Amino acid sequence: MSDFLSGGWSTYIALVALVGIFWCIWLLFSQRKVTVVHTADGEVADTGHVWDGDLRELNNPLPRWWMWMFLLSCIFGLVYLVLYPGLGSFPGILGYSTRGSLMESMTTSNDELKPVYAKYVNMDIIDVAADPKAREMGQRLFLNSCAQCHGSDAGGAKGFPNLADHDWLYGGTPENIKATITYGRAGVMPSFAAVLTSGQIKDVANYVRSLSGLPADELRVARGAEIFKANCVACHGGDGKGNTAIGAPNLTDKTWLYGGSEATITETLTKGRNAMMPAQDKVLSPEKIQVLTAYVWGLSNNKPDQTK
Amino acid sequence: MPNNSPVGKPIPIEVIEESLYEVRRKIYPRSVSGLFARWRFIIVFATQLLFYGLPWVSWNGRQAVLFDLIQRKFYIFGLVLWPQDVIYLTLLLILSALALFLFTAIAGRLFCGYACPQTVYTEIFMWIERKVEGDRFARIRLDGEEWPWGLRKWRLKITKHALWLLIAFWTGFTFIGYFTPIETLGSAVLHLALGPWQTFWLCFYAFATWGNAGFMREQVCKYMCPYARFQSVMVDKDTFLVTYDKVRGEPRGSRSKSADHQSLGLGDCVDCSICVQVCPTGIDIRDGLQYMCIGCGACIDACDQVMEKVEYPKGLIRYTTERAIEDKESNQSAIRHILRPRVLIYIAFITVLTAAFLISLLTRNPLRVDVMRDRGALAREVDGVRIENIYRIQIMNASENSMKVNIKASGLDNLKILNSQGKEVGVIDVAPASNQLLPIKVSAEIGQNESGNYPIHFDINAQEQDGEKIITRTRDEKSSFFIPR
Repeated sequence: MSDFLSGGWSTYIALVALVGIFWCIWLLFSQRKVTVVHTADGEVADTGHVWDGDLRELNNPLPRWWMWMFLLSCIFGLVYLVLYPGLGSFPGILGYSTRGSLMESMTTSNDELKPVYAKYVNMDIIDVAADPKAREMGQRLFLNSCAQCHGSDAGGAKGFPNLADHDWLYGGTPENIKATITYGRAGVMPSFAAVLTSGQIKDVANYVRSLSGLPADELRVARGAEIFKANCVACHGGDGKGNTAIGAPNLTDKTWLYGGSEATITETLTKGRNAMMPAQDKVLSPEKIQVLTAYVWGLSNNKPDQTK
Repeated sequence: MPNNSPVGKPIPIEVIEESLYEVRRKIYPRSVSGLFARWRFIIVFATQLLFYGLPWVSWNGRQAVLFDLIQRKFYIFGLVLWPQDVIYLTLLLILSALALFLFTAIAGRLFCGYACPQTVYTEIFMWIERKVEGDRFARIRLDGEEWPWGLRKWRLKITKHALWLLIAFWTGFTFIGYFTPIETLGSAVLHLALGPWQTFWLCFYAFATWGNAGFMREQVCKYMCPYARFQSVMVDKDTFLVTYDKVRGEPRGSRSKSADHQSLGLGDCVDCSICVQVCPTGIDIRDGLQYMCIGCGACIDACDQVMEKVEYPKGLIRYTTERAIEDKESNQSAIRHILRPRVLIYIAFITVLTAAFLISLLTRNPLRVDVMRDRGALAREVDGVRIENIYRIQIMNASENSMKVNIKASGLDNLKILNSQGKEVGVIDVAPASNQLLPIKVSAEIGQNESGNYPIHFDINAQEQDGEKIITRTRDEKSSFFIPR
């Protein structure tokens, strides 16, 4: 009812519902006696309405049980309106809501699934990752909750890290992965448009490419190294190897979250980047996060033969 | 009141005020024996043997007919149906509807009179009622006894309801036995260990059986059932119906057995009203075709017995067509009109659909595959040499044997398939009656094709291990492969 500004609408809707029900009950009782015409042979006469020449409308009584059913439906309607939402904005004395019902069934299903997960909750992540059943469950969880961004194969996409390549922005230990899934991450690369000229940005981009051993303009690399020292080392470190504590990427490993071409790096430097890994603690139960962590960890730490 | 009724009804003589809501007049059908009663007994017996007996039949070490709602697998003897097979249910329903049309066009409401659960359970309940309380007049007398009830009435009523409830609960039990293995249900009921929904359906089904077959009876057919109403429009002049031969019967009247009724100006109907007494819906068939008539033929059996007694020819009430009565034709000649266009059309539809149904069921491929392309990322570059697209492949094994599955991709040169760990996919084992979801990467060499969307095919090949025998199943799924600029 939030589209209606005036509370009067709520009263109006409630009135329409109630008047409707009571009108039905009144109609039922006011019509309980009918004038019936009996013909000479004791038959009940028709209403006199005739269609298609010979189709007569009869005037037979309704069965009594039908009346009781009708009355029961009215009573059911009234009881329902008292218990459940329906009368304008009155929430009903049971306090039912579809959202509440969803939460309840999620809790129930989590409780039901507890025994399935119980085995894994206190197990070491590395051992969970070695369990084929847990991997199967982890894959399903991944496909449901993670694959939209990271891809069904966890290979990532532009702006969404590849989770299967040993390269971790925030560290690849089970604890780090679990923290990332549970609390989410916000990766921010500030814009340097106000600090550096576009020429300087190009110099830095060339220097950064050289860190990964990619072809770059020597002159710009030399100039860029100086600018890098002044502006970038705080996060990416003196050697450009990044810092997993704050999610600053390693710039020397040829792995690029947004792309490694000069144009893309220039764009990154000019406009900055905002990356967001949403927290899952409200969405997934701790048991599910445990199994999911093991699956994600296992993606890049798989033993020689884990193909099915 | 007007006396100029357009259809020339008699002038009304009495205007009274009465209740719009009529109390049900209880019907006490008299027991009847004869050809149609025997047929109904046979069909009631056969349908109930099927309903009550089927859940107890085993097949391959499991219940032969089981609708497993939680696992979403529907077992019917050697067949395992999945929710994806809903088309078979659709076909079955269409076939049933066409069969109903056909039977109704040929011989009226045969379904109502012989096979409808409402009739069948009412028949069973009335049989018990008759055994416990006696026939029509005994029951009328018993119900006529005033309050407070005597000991005998209490005893009879309690016995009757106990037996009714026994059957009702057995029916509910059997019903849930189609959804949960029935052999485990018995002990669950004894230990009161049924789940809430099982308890609900057991009680609901039992209550519905008891209420509908014990109390509502003809009210269901008269006021609730839509089939009862729309079957009337499928009847035509050549439909065989339970018909009172007005020409022969009227004017009706009682007479002494020795009297020559023709000279008295009377027809063959002796007005004994037995046809009314046996009617389970309480109608008088002599008023002509009525929507309440369920076509059970009880009045035919009853009237034939009376005709035999008074030594008139049988068949004053009989199965015949409107045209035959009008033209005074015999049934032998009326039967020539059976094969009329609508009947032939129904038969043609039924034949074609049944054939399609059986052929598709017998050649059903238990290997099913769904290919879903990842939508998050269209494509990605791998090591600067290949373009990779991601797919989820869902392999479903609808057979009761294990399968070894191979996947190949075609449509572009040198397509390579890897699993999410970046390894060869190899042979995938899919357990009986289960499914497997597999994320895969498909890659093509860069520079081989221009950018754009290319149709590709996944060729899935499965070896089904059926005992010693190996059956090859194949599927060809279409998808697309995107090469970016």
